[in-house]
Amino acid sequence: MSDVAISVENVSMRFNLSKDKVIGLKEYIVKGLKRQLFYEEFWALRDVSFSVKKGEVFGIIGLNGAGKSTLLKIIAGVFKPTNGSVYVGGEISPLLELGAGFDPESSARDNVYMNGAMYGHTKKFMASKYREIIDFAELWDFEDVALKNFSSGMMGRLGFAVATSVQPDILIVDEILGVGDYKFMAKCEERINNMISNNTTVLLVTHNTDKIKEMCSRAVLLEKGQVVCVGDVDEVCKVYGG
Amino acid sequence: MALTKRTMALLTIVLTIAYFVAFLYLPVSGFIERHDNMILFAPKILFLAVIAALVTCFVLILIFKREFISAQLNSYNRYKGYLKLLVRRDFITRYRKSILGVLWSLLNPLLTMLVLTMVFSTLFKIEIEYFPVYLLSGQFIFNFFSEATTMAMGSVLAAEGVIKKIYIPKYIFPLSKVLLSLVNMGFSFLAFLLVFIFTGVPFNWTVLLIPIPVLYTFVFALGVAMLLSSLAVFFRDLMYLYGVLLTLWMFMTPIMYPVSILPDWLIPYYGFNPLYHLVDYFRSVAMLGIVPDLWSNLVCISFALASLCLGTYVFMQKQDRYILYM
Repeated sequence: MSDVAISVENVSMRFNLSKDKVIGLKEYIVKGLKRQLFYEEFWALRDVSFSVKKGEVFGIIGLNGAGKSTLLKIIAGVFKPTNGSVYVGGEISPLLELGAGFDPESSARDNVYMNGAMYGHTKKFMASKYREIIDFAELWDFEDVALKNFSSGMMGRLGFAVATSVQPDILIVDEILGVGDYKFMAKCEERINNMISNNTTVLLVTHNTDKIKEMCSRAVLLEKGQVVCVGDVDEVCKVYGG
Repeated sequence: MALTKRTMALLTIVLTIAYFVAFLYLPVSGFIERHDNMILFAPKILFLAVIAALVTCFVLILIFKREFISAQLNSYNRYKGYLKLLVRRDFITRYRKSILGVLWSLLNPLLTMLVLTMVFSTLFKIEIEYFPVYLLSGQFIFNFFSEATTMAMGSVLAAEGVIKKIYIPKYIFPLSKVLLSLVNMGFSFLAFLLVFIFTGVPFNWTVLLIPIPVLYTFVFALGVAMLLSSLAVFFRDLMYLYGVLLTLWMFMTPIMYPVSILPDWLIPYYGFNPLYHLVDYFRSVAMLGIVPDLWSNLVCISFALASLCLGTYVFMQKQDRYILYM
């Protein structure tokens, strides 16, 4: 197991799509009596299995609604799968959505510490990283500005800088290479490439097959929550391309 | 040995009966017998037996799920920095943009207490010595409980933005609200002390024991907070219902009136109200200079632990499904 970074075994995820959300006691009882509760089942993932080796750059491709984001969230521990199990060997840093958990009322400074703490970093440790984060995000003049006054580009930059300030064992990247202007994008890519050369395992999700071919060695293709094929990136892309 | 729900339930019932019989015949019951009235005595023993059985089961779970528990503790260590920041942020944001700022944390309870003291010492005269202090000490405990549980109830729902995006142990959220209330309680206590001094209540060394009822109340409130924050995810109506329930609960607890005005038949039922015991305990040490006996301690500890166990159990059982209901 020691050279496996992520192992996904027979993972299925079911969501209950009730036509409208039942969120009140009265509604609950009424619907319960009418037996309309948990009306429709929707399997976002069905029996998905694959494993990723340490240091590998692994791509996940598929059309919209194929279950890519659900899968990433399961790997990141946000969702617990309905069936199956996920093994993750090491610190994981999910770039699912930049600025996850940012508090719009607090300043950039407070948010950096807060976000660091969410990933389990101590205050002291974050203090040592703080300069670097602000430098990377290029937000020198806005350290004490409340985040609600930030532009989306600024927010994205800060989010990326915080999330990648510590080199994780596993990095999950979900279509975020569109942050900020081309200069900042280049910086982000450089940082990710640095991590890759430092033996970080990367899970990459994007619709851009060129990017996948360029960066990944292996990939998995999902369709309607099921694995179509896993393997060499060129072959998988070929199936995906039609 | 598999600890399924059914075996646990069975075990609890068997243990309850065993403890009940044991307590009836063993000298353990000696210290309760001060009422020597069977109507009061039997329920007390039964209560003790139920609690003892639950605690035994809890210890069994602790032993059989060692690994799970130690993993939880590790995760607590990892996230305690986050917890601290959450409490601090909530504390600071509360009075942000007001001119007096954090000073309100002290002024708010102080002014409220002054108003209450004035109203109750001039308008309504109730035959209790140092009535303002009597009232405020009751309020001190009850307000902490009601603030902590009310804030905690919506905490999981309010953390939707975080829970949906990154993994975080979810009990952090209700816990942070209860801790925040504890901080607020500290400020109320300062205000309480000021009123205490001004009304000239005789000072007793038992005041030093005040942390004990505060701890009991904290644990009790934490359990209720976990339970409510968990249930509120599935039934949002609870948030409104609970406000009404709290008002009822407040009048069922002797805060503004002495127990002596109650009809005799009602008094035994007050024993089922945990806050009655907690308020009583606090008053004993804070203004009456009485060191509560073993029974009082036992009752408070039992309620606190029972609440904590129930709250934790429900919370842990449901926590993976919160995200599906947000």
